[in-house]
Amino acid sequence: MILDNVKKAMAALEPINMAETDYAAKGFHLDVQVAPEQVMQAAEVLNEELFTLEAVTGVDLLTFAKAAKKPAKKTEEEAEPQEETEPEEKSAPQMEVVYDFSHWDELCRVVIRARIPRDTPEIPTISEVYSGANWHERETHDFFGIKFTGHPDLKPLLLPEDADFHPLLKDFVA
Amino acid sequence: MSVLLQDQNYETFEINLGPQHPATHGVLRVILTMDGEYIYKAEPVLGYIHRMHEKMGESKTWLQFMPNTARMDYLHALAYNHGYVLTVERAAGIEVPERAEYLRVITVELNRIASHLLWFGAFVLDLGGFTPLLYAFDDREHILDILESVTGARLTFSYFRFGGVYNDIDDDFAPATLAFIKRLRSRMPMYHDLVTKNIILMKRLKEIGPISKEMARRYGATGPVLRGSGVNYDIRKNEPYSVYPEFDFDVPVYTECDSMARYMVRMDEMEQSMRIIEQALAKLPEGETIVKKAPKIIKAPAGDYYAAVEAARGTFGVRVVSDGTNSPYRLKLRSPTYSNLSLFGEVAKGMLLPDALALMGSLDLVIPEIDR
Repeated sequence: MILDNVKKAMAALEPINMAETDYAAKGFHLDVQVAPEQVMQAAEVLNEELFTLEAVTGVDLLTFAKAAKKPAKKTEEEAEPQEETEPEEKSAPQMEVVYDFSHWDELCRVVIRARIPRDTPEIPTISEVYSGANWHERETHDFFGIKFTGHPDLKPLLLPEDADFHPLLKDFVA
Repeated sequence: MSVLLQDQNYETFEINLGPQHPATHGVLRVILTMDGEYIYKAEPVLGYIHRMHEKMGESKTWLQFMPNTARMDYLHALAYNHGYVLTVERAAGIEVPERAEYLRVITVELNRIASHLLWFGAFVLDLGGFTPLLYAFDDREHILDILESVTGARLTFSYFRFGGVYNDIDDDFAPATLAFIKRLRSRMPMYHDLVTKNIILMKRLKEIGPISKEMARRYGATGPVLRGSGVNYDIRKNEPYSVYPEFDFDVPVYTECDSMARYMVRMDEMEQSMRIIEQALAKLPEGETIVKKAPKIIKAPAGDYYAAVEAARGTFGVRVVSDGTNSPYRLKLRSPTYSNLSLFGEVAKGMLLPDALALMGSLDLVIPEIDR
């Protein structure tokens, strides 16, 4: 029910990729990839449907494609829904920002993801809609150096106040 | 809100609450901008015990990370064990024997009671009542003894394995657990007489720190904080995992939205946990405690996976991005108090300082879990 509403509203945004996923295998129902400029609109859609924000996660895809291709013997059912081997990935390394949403009334987990270039990681904040995103985005900025444009205060949260490093980057050296 | 707040000519001053302050239960610092006794602005400063568990996850194998999960929420470590194994089992497609799932539920619920008992003691201590802490620790000690007999640890449990649990219970476990439940049931009325019905406690908690349903949703609050705001949301019911659907238990919900509501949710949850343990012990199936073909090396197909469990403080979620190798490519740990604390600044605004401490206690903070 809610899932259908979300799908309809998301389709209007013309997302880059939208797929229903197998909940038992993945842990979420809908996986939507949008353009970075669209995350705010996607958040508004979910806000209308009274979703709650669970977490914001960054993923540095620098070494992902390389490693993921090695084990070629994936099981058949796992092989198709993967979207990590996209053509543009080869040209410039990217980062991914993943938003996890859940719903109180009905079991429905929606994942919003957006890919941004790794050398200029910028994405609009959604903290105006979801106040809880404020800290999650600060944390993601700490760990990955992703700049959330429009964020009220991006100073380090978990790292020291003078930290100028981003430890979860794959090329980070301590 | 004080009259003074509206007049910009009045001066404010800053004080630090913490990082070394007993009411913050660890090393949390809150920068308070005060207008006399009233809080004008409250800004939590985190990270004093940040250990970058997520990076450690990337450099360890799947199983090597298991002890780390117990070092975040050290009061409900088994729930963190559970959340992590569920995600990895989902990713690698590992089946778990039913007996192991029952043992998981029993130990997780025992651990939940221990966590709530400690919170109860510490919370009342925050509010100035010293005695209940000693009673609560006395009860909690019994749980730690029981859990030590089966897990080998008293606090930082690392009891779960992919595909089961590492140790079966002995013959003393069930009688000791049932004896403990009987004891705690006989003590709960005393707790309510001694603490809940205490007029001082009521005056300190009622209508203090209101968190509306809408605010809880905006901030992603979960657990007893959310259920104290009138939302019937418990992962054990709403997103059934493990063998929870086989048990008959209620989800306590209070609609007052204040600190007292959050207090009552946790007090009632202890009884529900005891009900689950009783049913699980009665129905405990025979069989193995870990799946025979449990893989020594976990290989999860590339892709991302998510699983969440209901920890004592709310939703603990694990997002795993696997690239098919024997360690996670990315391991995201979503801890409940992180989101629950993030609303503190908004709620504390305009409150009296002692009231804000009551609010903070009612959020049930565990700092290592916030800082990760």
